[in-house]
Amino acid sequence: MTSRSAAQPGLASTKSHWHHLLLRFIVRAPEASIAVVGIILLVAFEVLSPNFLTNANLSTVSQFFSPWAIIACGEIMLLICGEVDLSVGQVFAFAPFVMHFTAAAGLPLFAGVIVALLVSGLLGLAIGFITVFFGVASFITTLGAMLLINGLTLTLSGGFPIDTPSTPLAAILGGWNYSEVFWAAFIALVLHLVLRNTRWGLHTIAVGGNPTGAAEAGIHTARIKMGNFVLCSVLGGFAGILNAFHVTSIDPNAGGANVMFLAIASAVIGGTSLLGGSGTILGGFIGAAVLGILQDGFTLLGINAFTFDIITGAAILITMITNVQFAKLRLRNRI
Amino acid sequence: MNTNPLTLEAHNISKSFGNIQAIRDISLTLARGEMLGILGDNGAGKSTLMKILTGYHQQTSGELLVNGTKVMLSSVDHARSFGIECVYQDLAMINTLSVYHNMFLNREILRRGPLPLLDHRAMRKKAEAALEDIGVNIPSVDVEVGALSGGQRQAVAIARAVASQAKILLLDEPLAAMGAREAALIIALIERLKARGDVSMIMIAHNYAQTLDVADRVMMIQRGTCTFEGRSAETSAAELFDIVRREYQANRVQG
Ligand SMILES: Nc1ncnc2c1ncn2[C@@H]1O[C@H](COP(=O)(O)OP(=O)(O)O)[C@@H](O)[C@H]1O
Ligand SMILES: [Mg+2]
Repeated sequence: MTSRSAAQPGLASTKSHWHHLLLRFIVRAPEASIAVVGIILLVAFEVLSPNFLTNANLSTVSQFFSPWAIIACGEIMLLICGEVDLSVGQVFAFAPFVMHFTAAAGLPLFAGVIVALLVSGLLGLAIGFITVFFGVASFITTLGAMLLINGLTLTLSGGFPIDTPSTPLAAILGGWNYSEVFWAAFIALVLHLVLRNTRWGLHTIAVGGNPTGAAEAGIHTARIKMGNFVLCSVLGGFAGILNAFHVTSIDPNAGGANVMFLAIASAVIGGTSLLGGSGTILGGFIGAAVLGILQDGFTLLGINAFTFDIITGAAILITMITNVQFAKLRLRNRI
Repeated sequence: MNTNPLTLEAHNISKSFGNIQAIRDISLTLARGEMLGILGDNGAGKSTLMKILTGYHQQTSGELLVNGTKVMLSSVDHARSFGIECVYQDLAMINTLSVYHNMFLNREILRRGPLPLLDHRAMRKKAEAALEDIGVNIPSVDVEVGALSGGQRQAVAIARAVASQAKILLLDEPLAAMGAREAALIIALIERLKARGDVSMIMIAHNYAQTLDVADRVMMIQRGTCTFEGRSAETSAAELFDIVRREYQANRVQG
């Protein structure tokens, strides 16, 4: 209906037709707006700072944002199905210690990685179980889990950082400059496919969009939610392990609320709704990169961390407002 | 083939939620190709009865027979395996998903090949065909359901149930919250389905005249029990009003 009324003859309406199409593209492809922001930032920092688009700096940026890009993928799946995991940053710190102590117990390091991921998954399962079967809001469950897992990490480590065990696998697992960003891109691509092209993805959207309706259609909503808690937690653990190989030390204070917050921020500025029922993995990945570029660009320009926080906070508020407005427009079928 | 003329029977169904007894000793029968209308106030227990017939809730006592065989419907999927489909009062639609995704929700078509990927093209085409088949008009199957009108959404929900080879179609207040023009379109749709004769239906509604018009038989549920049952041809709306008024007065005297 709208397209028909817009396609009226005359020069003025042709111009507004193009505006309309552009607006429609931005609303329909939520990744588009954040991608445009990313490109503008790239160009701006390249102009303002001679060192920005150098190999060394690009690898810094990529290592910078990869952890929260990986975690964002898990958070996006959770946000879409109507949940959130605040404790994933603590799993980020915990998993490398599990890996280290499994290896120290005599198993090969590779087995340590697997055990660490399994333990991360079990933590996610426990959180999901409590959330789903006791009907506790995940905001509360994972707030509790945050403290609990941090306590586990401090107990296990005694509070001191240790050296990451050396292994030939290290290069693949975060040691090589670009390996983290490759993992992040790979995970984002796979999960984008899962979200758009599998039953799991469709049911995740359905559960967040209308929980009762999804259940009435025969979808096992508890299974979907718990599965996404497991996924998010495993990704948190995996990002933590990659980070441990990259910085070659395992730190009980790594990650934490900061990486979790940046992951959720990436999801939101990338176009995922905090209300559940819609979201995009690719948007979240680009959102994570934008936050990395901002942080790095500001550092190069000598702007301090406080200013960065102000800008990130403002960016999140602005995107939240536009997301809500776009959703309203879409529902009214105006665009 | 089954020669039993009754496709669905319920005997003395009761259901409690904790200490709330939602329905008590309700029995009903549904013959092949027949349409039964269920009337009753809000909170009478109509939706609860429907949800037992679809396997969403399990009855506390009483038994169900499908095609003459006793069954305990343990889940929505289980009821579906007998061709029982329901269009719930809240429609079980996902506003943020497209029409065609909603029509294939939890019944998705997958591509051939090693990976279990959705076949969007096939679902889109089949959704279009199914809507056309029963004469439902919407702008496009790619539109998000949230952007449709109440009547369009109801029509899509009915098309979804029909397209999934429903033998027994349960409609929970398909005319609620709808303007007269949209209601007329949905009634016409239901009548087309009835004329095809391959699906038996139970419809919950509030409008006595409309229900007597489309249903072969009607029953009245009040406070969780059945207070009237009869053929539409032998029942008048005035008679139904009378039953409601008498029950209301009786309860006022008691209370
Ligand atoms: N899941 C439930 N848990 C507890 N009580 C319920 C549930 N579903 C329905 N009820 C109660 O059962 C009664 C009948 O509800 P319902 O079947 O929805 O009525 P109707 O569809 O006729 O309006 C109401 O008192 C309602 O509050
Ligand atoms: Mg009801």
